[in-house]
Order: sequence, then C-alpha cells, then structure tokens
Amino acid sequence: MNGQTEPKEQKKMKPIWYFVGLVLLTMGVLVFLTGIFMLVFGVRSPTALASLHPNIWWGAIMIVAGAVFFFKNR
Amino acid sequence: MQAIGLTFIDWLIIAIYFGFVLGIGFYLRSYTKTADDFFLAGRKNTAWVAGLAFLSANLGALELLGMTGNTYKYGVYVAHFYWIGAVPAMLFLGIYMMPFYYSSRIKSIPGYLKLRFDEKTRVLNGVSFGVMTLLVSGINLYAMALVLHTFLGWNWDVSMWASALTVALYVTLSGLMSAIFTEIIQFFLIWFGLFLVSILGIIDIGGVNEIFSRIPEAFSKLWSTSGDPTQNGMMVTWGGIVLGLGFVLSFGYWTTDFLVVQRALSAKDLRSARMTPILASFFKMAVPFIVILGGLIALALARDPGSGFALLQDGGKINYDSALPMLIARYYPPGLIGLGVTALLAGFMAGQAGNISAFNTVWTYDIYHSILNKKASPQNLLWMGRAATLAGIVISVGTAYWAKSFPSIMDYMQAIFSWVNAPLFATMLLGMFVKWITPNGAFWGLIAGMGSSFTMFLAVKSSWIDPRFITMSPVQSDMAANFWRAWWAWLICFVVTITISLFTKKKPDEELVGLVKGLTPETLGQPVPLLRRPAFWAVLSLIIFVALNIWFW
Repeated sequence: MNGQTEPKEQKKMKPIWYFVGLVLLTMGVLVFLTGIFMLVFGVRSPTALASLHPNIWWGAIMIVAGAVFFFKNR
Repeated sequence: MQAIGLTFIDWLIIAIYFGFVLGIGFYLRSYTKTADDFFLAGRKNTAWVAGLAFLSANLGALELLGMTGNTYKYGVYVAHFYWIGAVPAMLFLGIYMMPFYYSSRIKSIPGYLKLRFDEKTRVLNGVSFGVMTLLVSGINLYAMALVLHTFLGWNWDVSMWASALTVALYVTLSGLMSAIFTEIIQFFLIWFGLFLVSILGIIDIGGVNEIFSRIPEAFSKLWSTSGDPTQNGMMVTWGGIVLGLGFVLSFGYWTTDFLVVQRALSAKDLRSARMTPILASFFKMAVPFIVILGGLIALALARDPGSGFALLQDGGKINYDSALPMLIARYYPPGLIGLGVTALLAGFMAGQAGNISAFNTVWTYDIYHSILNKKASPQNLLWMGRAATLAGIVISVGTAYWAKSFPSIMDYMQAIFSWVNAPLFATMLLGMFVKWITPNGAFWGLIAGMGSSFTMFLAVKSSWIDPRFITMSPVQSDMAANFWRAWWAWLICFVVTITISLFTKKKPDEELVGLVKGLTPETLGQPVPLLRRPAFWAVLSLIIFVALNIWFW
C-alpha cells in the first residue's frame, strides 16, 4: 500500500510494513522476556534443546526484524 | 490426544493476534470508500505487497500441516507440489497472461470471460467458482476446528465461530485491503512461527546430511523414482506429475483461480502486476524449508527409538497431520508455542479471508451486477460486497457443520479443484492465444470439461469403471487419479472448444483488442533497467527451479 495518493483531509494510510513491524516487535518482546524469565527461574518440564534457550535468541531476532520494519515505516 | 498445552503467555500472544487483525480492519475502514477500494484494494499495491499476498492466499495452515504429514509419508517427492506444481505456472501467469488480465481492467476472472466470450460463459464460471469457493471455505473452517480440537483440546464450536466472526468483521469492514494486510502478516508469522522448528530439528539431529542418512533413500528423491509408480509412495509416474500436476492442475489453479489472481489485480500498475506471481515464485520455492524439512525431521526422529518422538494415533492409525504439531510440542517452550499456534491460526484465518474476499467480488460483479441488478450504482455494489461477505461466512459455517456430519468430504477437496479449474485453464489458454475461438466453443467446452471431470470422479468412486483407464497404470492412488482426471478434463475441454469453434460464429477482431495475443499491440513504454524487468526475475526464478530439481533428482 505504498505510494498511494490520499484525499487531502485524510491522514496518509500507514503501509502494511508498519503493522508487520508492530506485530513482530510486540510478539518478539513477549517471547524474549519469557525466555529471560525461564533462564532466571528455570522450567518445570523442559523441552528438547531447552538448554539453547531458543526463545531468547529467536525473540531477539524478531525484535530486530520488527524494529527495522516498524521504525522505517513510522 | 491433546498434543500441545498452552500457558498464560501463549494465550496472550494469541489474543494479541486477534486484537491486531480486528484493529487493522477498523483502521482500514476509513480508507475503504469506493467499490474499487473494497474489491481490489484500490489498485495501489506494490509488487511486494501483492506478491506476498498472492503467495499467502494459498499458504493455509491445512496445507502446512498436510504437506508436512505427506512428507513424513512420501518423502521429498512432496516438493513437486511446490516446485513443478507451482513455479512454471506462476511465471507463465506473470509473463504471458497478466498483460491481458490487468490491461483489460477486469474486476474478476469471470469478467475476462465476459469480455473475451460472452455473458453465459461468465455466469457459468462465476457460479461454479462461487460454489467451489464456499465449499472449500466451509471445509477449511471445519478442518481448522478439527485441528484446534485435536491438537489443542479447544472447543469445536467456539474455535470455529470465533475465527469465522473475526474474519467476517474485518473483511466486511475493509474488503480485499484488510484481507491482503492479514495475509502479509500471516506470511511473516508463518516464517517466524514455524521455521524455527526446522532450525532446531537440524541442530537436534546433527545436520541436514544426518537427517538424509536416517531416512530411506527413495524418500530423498524427486524424479529418479518416478519411472515406476511402485517405487514412490504417491504411486504417481512422471507422466502424472508433469501433465496432471505440473501442467493442468498447477496452471489451472495459479493462472485462473480468482482467489490468487485477485491479489495481482490489486497491483498499482502492469509491471507490478506482472512481478506479483514472479516474486511469489521465489517464496513458494522456499516453503519446503518449513514443510518438507519438518516432515523429514519428524521421520528421522520417529525412526530413532531413542528420540522418544512419535506421531499421534487415531484409532490405531497414524495421524500424519500431527507431524508439525508434535515437533512444536517437542521443541517449543512457552512463548514460542503461542507464536507457533498463532502462525497456524493466522494461516487458517487468512485463507478464510482470501476465499471470502474472492467470493464477494465474483458474487457482486459476476452474478448480482450481471444478472440481478444491471443498473446497480457503485455505492450499491459496495453495500452488496459487504452483505455478500456476511452471507458467505454464514454459508461457510453451515457447510462446516455439514462437513462435520460428513467427514469424508475432506477427501474431495483436491477433486473439487479438478472439476472447476482444470477445464477453465483450457478455456483461458485458447481464449488468450487463439483469436478464432468462439463464445459457443468456450461455453460448451467448459461444460464438457467440467461434466467429464465430475463424471469420471463419480464413475471411479462408484466402481463403474476401472481407475486404470484414467491413470493408465496398474497401481494408483487418489492423488494419481486427481492428477490424471485433471489432465483428461483439460484435454476434453480443449478439444471440444476447438471443434465447436470451427463451426460457430466468432467475435469480430475489433472486440478482441487487448484480450487476445496477436490483436493486442505490444506497449513499448519507457526503457526499464534490467533489475526492474519481470522477464529478468522470471529467468532467475526458472534457473533456481531447475537447479533445485537437479539437486534432488
């Protein structure tokens, strides 16, 4: 939805990439913080490869990707 | 039976997704003022937006679960659905067909049939597409509720109604625009929510080579087992793959199914519309890195007794669709589980929204405006589009309840596509590239193709004829029958259309300008740099496609 012309009285529509960024950023923060919580307090029933703490690094990747989309299209 | 348990944080992530899609629907409402906004997203999308939506409209959760399970069953052979079963057709659409679709400013595929042939062909296709779309939409809804119930233990009615009402609300508010927005969000959620399964599986097993060393050798082959149907699990020869899947079903779906073509029509200009399926082809080729790899990882783990991994069982039979959910349960801790489940939910709901947004357009323009109210104003059409969205959802829910009482309907999903899309591809191909094909030839060819496909299906199911007459092979599967039936339906439509066209009145050339190759002037616009040319990207896509097929030969 880029490059569209809008009526003068209406605010320009946010591009889809803004919303993609917002979703990834929000979910990435939640996944990342859950990973930190689990690292600090441990887990009752660990999954396979839990020692790699996938939610910490995957959450961080989502945060970076989300931030790029979000801030470039604000 | 329940495979995945959710914690508070997982529920929170799912709730945020629902909040987002509803919020987007309300946000876009104020930008949806005209019928063009509602039905074609204002025709202002870039190639990237239209391209990702084009791919995502097809990338449903059912496909993700089903294809991962099929890989567990059949191995790499399943990649045919993503490579030869998609890429050549997508490139053909972008290079050869899109100029006719886009430049004729049609609102729908039946709309092209009206311009190229006549009203009756348009209505025939509009009605058959509408029925097919609602049937598929209802079956999808049923399947979604079944999956959520099986793997998450959710209530059947609540999960179905919650997702149906959410889709109804945001598509009614802003039509194709909100459908496209949610499809793109779905695309990113699927990659971020499910690709991690493959990464963790590779780490867990010790590398890609180790995965391949743990599965039967025939499971790692794409073509070398296709000469003999007994050597591959699908029981399909290379002939069925190339003619049925690669040619008829693939071209029939990707080049004529309005659900996907509608996304390309929403592009801002012809170059973007042509780039839409070409860009999508690159991502289509990448989807096996989630589904095929996931299926192989599940198989490799299941063959290792020490892994503790097994698929779910239903009444003593393996539930192959449980491969992906069981991998999620194995690798994903809280938080990531919510993300994975959200990815599946997003796939279901975006697929639902795609079906409904295509249905409301075809109903409004090709049935309502064409037959019931020829003088409808643009505002009336916009109103009708919203009403059709709600009616479509209600009918889908009704179909879902019907499917619940008749579960074997699921087996007919692929068959439905071969009834409608396979013959339509013959009509389109002849209509676009042969100027002397007549309206009566197209109409009766389409009737013959659809009728013969349905009759063949019925005849085999009722054991009136031996399926070997259709599949030309002593062994066969339902999948092989679908591929071959599609081929015969296409051929019958092709031959009947040509034959009748030889004896009936053709349209004057001047009415076909812009609709048929040879009567359409090649528009030479401003010189475009190499990197912006659709043909350049199509060739690149084709090279990658060939390389992948050779690599896994």
